[in-house]
Amino acid sequence: MTEEIIIAGFGGQGVLSMGKILAYSGMMQDKEVSWFPSYGPEMRGGTANVTVIISDERISSPILNKFDTAIILNQQSMDKFEGTVKPGGVLIYDPNGIVRHPERTDINIYTIDAADEAARLGLKKVFNMLVLGAFLKLKPLIEPEYMHKGLEKSLPLRHHNTIPENEKAIARGMELVMPKHLLN
Amino acid sequence: MKDIRLMKGNEAIAEGVIRAGCDGYFGYPITPQSEVLEYLSAANTKQRTGMIVLQAESEIASIHMVYGGAAAGKRVMTSSSSPGISLMQEGISFMAGTELPCLLLNVVRGGPGLGTIQPSQSDYFQAVKGGGHGDYKMIVLAPASVQEMYDFAKLGFDLAFKHRIQVMVLSDGAIGQMMEKVELDEEIPRLTDAEIVKKYPWATTGKTPDRERNIITSLDLNPVKQEIININLQKKFKHIQETEVRFERIMCDDAEYLFVAYGSSARVCQKAVMLGRAKGIKVGLLRPITLFPFPSIELAKLAKQVKGMQAIEMSAGQMVEDVRLAVNGAVPVEHYGRLGGIIPAPDEVLNVLEQNFIISKKEKKYEPATY
Repeated sequence: MTEEIIIAGFGGQGVLSMGKILAYSGMMQDKEVSWFPSYGPEMRGGTANVTVIISDERISSPILNKFDTAIILNQQSMDKFEGTVKPGGVLIYDPNGIVRHPERTDINIYTIDAADEAARLGLKKVFNMLVLGAFLKLKPLIEPEYMHKGLEKSLPLRHHNTIPENEKAIARGMELVMPKHLLN
Repeated sequence: MKDIRLMKGNEAIAEGVIRAGCDGYFGYPITPQSEVLEYLSAANTKQRTGMIVLQAESEIASIHMVYGGAAAGKRVMTSSSSPGISLMQEGISFMAGTELPCLLLNVVRGGPGLGTIQPSQSDYFQAVKGGGHGDYKMIVLAPASVQEMYDFAKLGFDLAFKHRIQVMVLSDGAIGQMMEKVELDEEIPRLTDAEIVKKYPWATTGKTPDRERNIITSLDLNPVKQEIININLQKKFKHIQETEVRFERIMCDDAEYLFVAYGSSARVCQKAVMLGRAKGIKVGLLRPITLFPFPSIELAKLAKQVKGMQAIEMSAGQMVEDVRLAVNGAVPVEHYGRLGGIIPAPDEVLNVLEQNFIISKKEKKYEPATY
């Protein structure tokens, strides 16, 4: 099993940290992992993306241009990455702020209303964990106990009190993910 | 239990030098390698091992602090990225002239000039052919994973002191910034002053009545003596060429076509090998781990086996010259590179190999991947 994932959105949405939590959790479950960020001068407001690979085998290239799953969180990323999903692959996006929805018919497309839900909960910081929940519902690569360990590893000690709300958000994200276009 | 962590390449080499008994780090921040100084500064090294970590006022100051530490027999290092390494060239040449061991890290970014902050491999010539003046070589190690960034800290120091030579780890922004699993070793204690006196009789550790003064200088105005110094340096480089070559063969045994690539390009090619094999193309990868000494003999052997070699570099064609020298016209050697901070994609480089060696020229030309 090898899962090649791109997560893309605005800086500040938690794109890189979502990738990091996923990679850490994979590592805790004894998978091979890699995390390759688009690093640049942008911080909040700019675009950010990260390639995460989780595999049972030694990872060849951490740098890719085709993905099994694309998690897309803003319009610029939709424009850039919709075409990079392998045929038969998965695209997950938050429709909030999307004006041009994905048009591909050779992939499975899902939505997750994570921004709305985070606002409703009054917990903007769990936005990325809602999205991660959606991904894990569709691709249950990592067991909940290892997600817990991954959160423990990647969050600094002073934020460990937020682990329960993060886990709750992951579970809520699993409920919220909706199919938009499915292959037969 | 094994100590396994998820780390960035830059963090891994920083942890690596602490555990390899490094005495001092002197550096100046520059993207994409600032995490080295950041990690070392936060690692409380003074208490942990006694290692000094100092942000110097510039790259030029950093390399000359390294010169001073090395002259005293200490395990010292600096790190920078391309423009900063250019500033250090004078100091590096002086260390070559005085045979002072040190570890240098270049996390290469796109150039020339300030260029970009994205990954590149366009500093190959500077690292391998001698960026400063004079006839000298450094041992150049090219890590292709975060684990190797960690491992080459200790290997680099060991080689530097074994041969009294400067060792450069030639990395790039991709290897520096990405995170992978790293398995860490036990910490090696730093040498005590008494151990340095015993192990390194050339070091300026303070004159004692039983020996002459140690003088470390690259200046000798007598050309006859200077020629002898140079001949001895060349003997050392030849010895290193004969004994320290390192490389990795990936699916080379039955290969008909060969990628030659180092660092992050080698990772891209590794994926391209898998894609090629899935299409029934017998393709392999020779990954030089040492760029000096270059695996020329291995390439010459492979030239008797394969129909063509495809060098892939994030440069306009630098390492490919050493590949061509090694195979000496025995098989066609092609170059393909992306420039200015762009990383080629796995299907892109496979396509290039197919176009150059397998598909007839009349068929569709490859399209460079867009970003």
